[in-house]
This record gives sequence, structure tokens and C-alpha cells, in this order.
Amino acid sequence: MYGNEAVVYGALLGGATHFFGYPITPASEISHAAAIYFPQVGKTFLQAESEVEAVNMIYGASAAGARAITASSGPGISLMQEGLSYIACAELPCVIVDVQRAGPGLGNIWPEQGDYNAVVKGGGHGNYKNVVLTPYSAQEMCDFTYEAFEIADRYRIAVFILTDAYIGQMMEPVRLPRDIKRCKRKEWALYADEKSRRNLISTIYMNPQLLAAQNRKLQEKYKQVEEELCAYEEYRTEDAQFIFIAFGICARICYSAVEQLRREDVRIGLFRPKTLFPFPARRLSELGRSVDKMMVVELNNGQMADDIALSVNCEKPVMKYNWMGGIVPSVVEIVGLVKEDICD
Amino acid sequence: MIEAKVKHVKPAVFYEEFFRKGTGQRNTHYCPGCGHGTAHKLVAEAVTDLGVQDRVVFCSSVGCSVFAYYYFDCCNIQCAHGRAPAVATGIRRVLRDAIIISYQGDGDLAAIGTGAIVHAANRGENITVFFVNNAIYGMTGGQMAPTTLVGQSTKTTPMKRSVESEGYPIGMAELLSSLKAPVFIERVSLGDIKRIFKARRVIRKAIENQVAGRGFSFVEILSPCPVNWKMGADNARRWLLENMEPVFPVQNFRDRADDSRPGRGNKVKEVSDEEYYDLFHIEEESSSCVMQTKHTVGTQSVKIAGFGGQGVLSAGVILAKAALYKGLNSTWLPSYGPEMRGGTANVGVIISSSKIGAPVVDRPDMLIAMNGPSLDAFEESVVKGGLIFVNKSLIKRKVAREDVRTVYVPATDIAKELGLVAAANVVILSIYALCSNVIDIDTLRKIIPEAIKKRNLISINLKAVEAGVSYYDKTRCEV
Ligand SMILES: Cc1ncc(C[n+]2csc(CCOP(=O)(O)OP(=O)(O)O)c2C)c(N)n1
Ligand code: SF4
Repeated sequence: MYGNEAVVYGALLGGATHFFGYPITPASEISHAAAIYFPQVGKTFLQAESEVEAVNMIYGASAAGARAITASSGPGISLMQEGLSYIACAELPCVIVDVQRAGPGLGNIWPEQGDYNAVVKGGGHGNYKNVVLTPYSAQEMCDFTYEAFEIADRYRIAVFILTDAYIGQMMEPVRLPRDIKRCKRKEWALYADEKSRRNLISTIYMNPQLLAAQNRKLQEKYKQVEEELCAYEEYRTEDAQFIFIAFGICARICYSAVEQLRREDVRIGLFRPKTLFPFPARRLSELGRSVDKMMVVELNNGQMADDIALSVNCEKPVMKYNWMGGIVPSVVEIVGLVKEDICD
Repeated sequence: MIEAKVKHVKPAVFYEEFFRKGTGQRNTHYCPGCGHGTAHKLVAEAVTDLGVQDRVVFCSSVGCSVFAYYYFDCCNIQCAHGRAPAVATGIRRVLRDAIIISYQGDGDLAAIGTGAIVHAANRGENITVFFVNNAIYGMTGGQMAPTTLVGQSTKTTPMKRSVESEGYPIGMAELLSSLKAPVFIERVSLGDIKRIFKARRVIRKAIENQVAGRGFSFVEILSPCPVNWKMGADNARRWLLENMEPVFPVQNFRDRADDSRPGRGNKVKEVSDEEYYDLFHIEEESSSCVMQTKHTVGTQSVKIAGFGGQGVLSAGVILAKAALYKGLNSTWLPSYGPEMRGGTANVGVIISSSKIGAPVVDRPDMLIAMNGPSLDAFEESVVKGGLIFVNKSLIKRKVAREDVRTVYVPATDIAKELGLVAAANVVILSIYALCSNVIDIDTLRKIIPEAIKKRNLISINLKAVEAGVSYYDKTRCEV
């Protein structure tokens, strides 16, 4: 099945009850599939008038205790940032899928990873973060979305599925989970009943002391998320002299590049973050001590590479391999570049 | 008379004390003479009278009424500027029995939130919207609102609002009246006691409608803002009567007990695990339909390209699924979007006995070129020693390269004879199955009924497989 379709299965099996979306290539198939499958299992699909309203419908539905999800791409994610800031402050759980396309502006519909900063750093106003999961296969599109709802509810946080046009558009076999999750009653949510009558969902704290306290509470939560959620995968890093660091489609390409370079006796491995917030800085720092060079492959202007340089304590060079505008490098191209650079 | 009595009783939905101003304080945070206090009271009375306090979710907007939750003892949610109708929609779709009230100012609803209100109304969401029109931005200190009168001076129209520069004040009740779905639209005024009594009835009716499940109700409330109008409370009320009412006629625009009941959405229901398994074909871990014998093919990259409508993408699906059936891994990645509307389509399929990394086919081991432009575009990319299938019905030239193997098949002609041009690809796939060890012809026969979505096209595609077989037998095309 399509990566985009896998998201919808993962969502429903993960207990999603509401989908609010606005069409945009290359994320539209998620809406298409949701429009079919959500009603099929008695759940709600609604097309909003824009991403601004879609994210605010999520805000309302989540406040009312639902498991709500939306999906979009660059321009739509930009429009959602206001709502996401409110969602962060009100601590509402929800899931947002960003099938990245190339920007800035309308850009084009080819894959890019230029939304990294906007998604991983929060993106809207204020001191907040989203959990960011980054799948690299149709299977993970399903699995990560499935898990995202549990994470969102556990921490009362927005969880992003940050993926790209290729992962969304490609078809691969997917095994669906059989343990079907359900949305449970939350003691803080608005159910319009006697028990929840005094509940308030708000993002306004006129008193700076109170807002400071809310901010501290959020930061504590993010710290806890960093302790508990960090996930990554390594391939042939045990004896690696060099490592690729990549996520999404780039991790797929680097995986093939590792295979090829290993055949040519280059001791190279792949480090693939599965979570971008929390960022697997600790493990990367360890690897930074044992390898000679880190090669960060991204479809953007080096946004994750900047994070690595910042968060990874090492003197080893962090090399940036970047493509923008929707250009996706071939395995051959990357292998060529790496060979040049390791000879230096 | 009865109204006069109730006026002195605190509605139950109001809190005893408003915590904002310390203990014992029973005054609101609104300025003296402000219409918000009155409007709040009317809403609170209606909720109390209708006995629905426990079912209310109050959506407060950004403006002076952002603190409405100080006063209303019910579920409260504070919404981003202008977005309350979208938030209310989200809640509506979750809580079927809730009474959802959206309370918004004129900056909130008629400026930044115009899109949200128009569409919530147009969907006929079963919610009640109270729109407090005070012809100005209160909270931010008296800037122009979309409802500011021509000739009115505000902080951002210090030379007075002019038609030339800012246009006319917007009539939201009139605007929403152009929509079909709303069941109730009325404009009321807080200009004097008589009008307030009238407003009270209208506000109650608007909530009653929702309780009865009728649909979208909208009440525009002309309301004084003495502070930003820079006048006393009495003058403000007079100014409202003399200047606002002529521009914003106080009247009913719509009152319809509708049976169509839009905005209800689909039925929400609980679905058992078994139903999920059934609907989504979720199998047990063990029951896998793939063949057990894994055979090694290394990694094969295939590119299939042609006109849209030649069945290029679905041929890719068939190939990818056939590989899965044989216990191999496969990926399928199409060209997509506007490019496809230009009439060309291509898809990359990778088949491998091991895990597949990059799903992008840059250097195909095999190319199926269904038309001239496809051969032109991809001939060069094929690996040395690779294989090119040429649809010779449509491609008149030969492959120029000498370091690749080529097979020429009049695929479109064969498919035309069968009566389905789009089956041309399947003809080629079946020849590929016969002369390669990646997939085999029986797998192809088995997978086609599964891979082709349109039921009525299955048999013709199966015939295309057999046509491919007999063409292969006849010509023994050398590969
Ligand atoms: C996105 C955004 N832009 C601007 C503001 C600032 N702001 C707060 S209230 C307001 C206008 C409120 O006016 P109105 O809706 O008429 O309500 P009133 O205060 O008159 O009751 C504005 C512009 C904001 N909160 N959010
Ligand atoms: S500024 Fe105007 S709208 Fe706001 S509380 Fe004062 S009088 Fe009311």
C-alpha cells in the first residue's frame, strides 16, 4: 500500500476518531483514504476550509477528548503554526502528518526536508516543542502514526509524523497491527457533562508568574520526553570509520549507499534518527568519538546538520550533503561524493 | 413582567464569585456601560432557563470577552483569534449532545475570522454564535473594526473611516443570510431596556434551536463600547440607537425550523476488533499468502513509462505485487502530480531478495518503453547489459545503444485486438515473466485479479497474459 494510505490505517488502528484536512499534494492521498476508511469504522472525516481551520478543528476535537489527526505539506504546515502554538500551550494531544514538498513559497511537489526547523523547533510563537517521528517506509508510516496517538495522550503533546513526498507516494507491503487502540476518557477534557463542567482549556495567562509556571511545566515535560522517547536505528556502525546521518527518503538512499560502499571496502555505516525531537544527541556524541567523519545527507540547507554540530560534542568534521528544490540524489551520486571526501 | 423579575436573580450558570478580582467581587472585568456584561447575562439566563448548564461548552474568542470563562460555570475553551467557529466545529463532531456556544467580537468574527464563520454557517453546524458588534476593537484599544461606521474615528482611522480607503461597514447578518444552511439569523440591540428584553428572547431562541438539534443559529448583538467610543454610558446607548441601528437594521433575517438538518456529519459508532480485522483484511501473524520458497534475484530496478492511460502505473503494481507473492521485497514509486496531467507517466519498481534501500529507479535494469518520448527519455539511463522492451506499435525507431538487450513487441496492436489498449503493458509483463527469473507466468496469472481494482477489467488482462504467451511462443523473441 501507499505510504500515505498506511498513515490512515495506522491512525485508525491507533484509536484515531477524527480527521480534519485540507488537500495539498503530495499529502492528499491521506485525506482521500481517510475519507473512505474513517466513516467505514464509524469515525469522522471532515474537509476544512483551510489548514487554519483544520488545525483549530483539531484543537476543538482534542479538547473534547477525541483522538484527532490532520495531514498536510509545507504551505499548509505554515498555516497551522498558530494553532500548534495554542495546542502546545493548552497541552492538547493530536497528530499532524507533514508530507514534505519543496519550498519556500509554493515551491513544487517534489520531496524536500526543508520543514525540519519549522517542525522540530516548534515553529509557531513561544517556547514549545512537538514530538517529531520520522518514518522511512510505508510500514513505518503506519507504525509511527499508530504509536503517535499513545504518545500524544501520554504527554498531552502534538506529535508530528515528518515524512516526505517519496515516502508518502511509494507503495510497499505493510503489516497492520492487530492490537487495536481506543480513545479513553481524559480527566482534563471537556465532555459537556457534570463531571467535566469545571474543566477549562485555555492558553491565556495574564499574570506573568502564572505564564512562567506554565512554561516551566512545558519545559519539564519536554525534558521527560527527551529521557523517554528518543529512538534511532543503526546499520553497520559497529566498526564504522564514517557514518551517514539521514532520515526519511535520504536514509533509504544512504542505506543503499552503505551497501555499495561496503562492497568496495569502505567502512561506513548509517545512523537514522526515528525521532527528531527528541534528538538522539547522546548516541551521536558517542559515535562522534569513534568515527572519523559524519556525513549528514539532507534535502534542505543543512538544518539537521546544524543540530548535530550544536548538540554533538565532537571535534570530528560534520560534512553536509544537501539538495534542495525537489532534487533527490541517486545512490551513485552520493557514493561518488563520499569517495571524494574520504580521500581528503 | 416576568423578565423584570428574573433580571434580579443571578442565573445559576454564573459563578457566585468571579475570581479575577479577588474574593467577594461580583462585578465583571468589563468597563461600566459595556454591552458584554449584558450579553453575558442574557446568555447565562437562557442557559439556566433551558436547564442545559451541564451540557454547555462555551467557546470564548479573542477580544474583551476572552475572559468569559471567569463567569460561566460550564465547560470553557478559549480559542485563537477568529477561529472559534472552527474550534466549535471540532467539538461538535465529537460531542453530539453538547450545547456549543461561540461568543465573538466584530474584529474576531468579521475580520480575522471571516473564513471560519462563513464555512461553519455554510456547513450548518448545530452551534449557536453570538456576535457582539460594537463597531470597534475593544481589547486592543479602539482600532477600526470591519463594522466601524463610515465617518467614525478610531485609533487607526484618526481622520475618520472613509469609503474611499476602508470601504463600508460589513453586515455579517446580511452576509450569512445569503447562505442556505443557517436556520436562524437575527440582529438585536442593547440600546435600551425594551431592546434588551427583545434580545433576551432572541438569544434564548438561538440556544433553544440547538437544543432541538435544528442547526446553525446566529445572533448579532449591537453593543456599546463607551470607553473606546469615548463617551459616557448614556451617550453611548444613544449613539448606538442613532448611528449604528440605521446602518445595521435590527431585525430577523431567517427563522426556519429546518428538517434537512445539515452539519450533523456521519454517524459515530463503536466498531469491534473483529470488524476492524475484517474491513482492513488484517491477518494473523502466520497466515501469509507469500510463497515460502525464497529465490535470489539480487536487486532488479524496473522503469515502466508511457502515456497516461496506457496502464503504466498499474503494470507497475502488478509487477511489484507479483514479486511480493514470490517472497521477494518490492517498492513502487510513481511520477506524480501535475507532471502526470501532461499525459506522460512513469513508475519505478524495485524487486529484491534483500531489504530495499533507495526506492528511486535512476538506472533501470529493465525499461518498458510504451511510447517514443519514454524511450527518448530513459534509453540512456538503462544499465549496461540491461533490457529494454520497446512497444513497436507506437515506437518506430530502434534502440540506439548497442550495450543493452532489446525486445520489440507490438504490444498496443495485440492489446487493441483484445479490446483494451491499456492491457498493452500486461502483454509485455507476460513476456518478461517468460524470459526472466524474477517473476513467473503463473504468479502473474494469480496476481492480476488481486492487483487490478476494476473488476470488469480482470478477464481482459488475463487474456493479455495469454496473448503475450502465444506471441512469445510464436516469435521466441531473443532476449
Ligand atoms: C492573530 C492575532 N492578531 C491580533 C491579535 C490582537 N487582538 C486581540 S483582540 C483584537 C480585536 C478584538 O476586537 P473585537 O473582536 O471587536 O472584540 P472586543 O474587544 O471589541 O470585544 C485583536 C486585534 C491577536 N490576539 N491575535
Ligand atoms: S473596551 Fe469596550 S468592549 Fe471592551 S470591556 Fe470596555 S467597553 Fe466593553
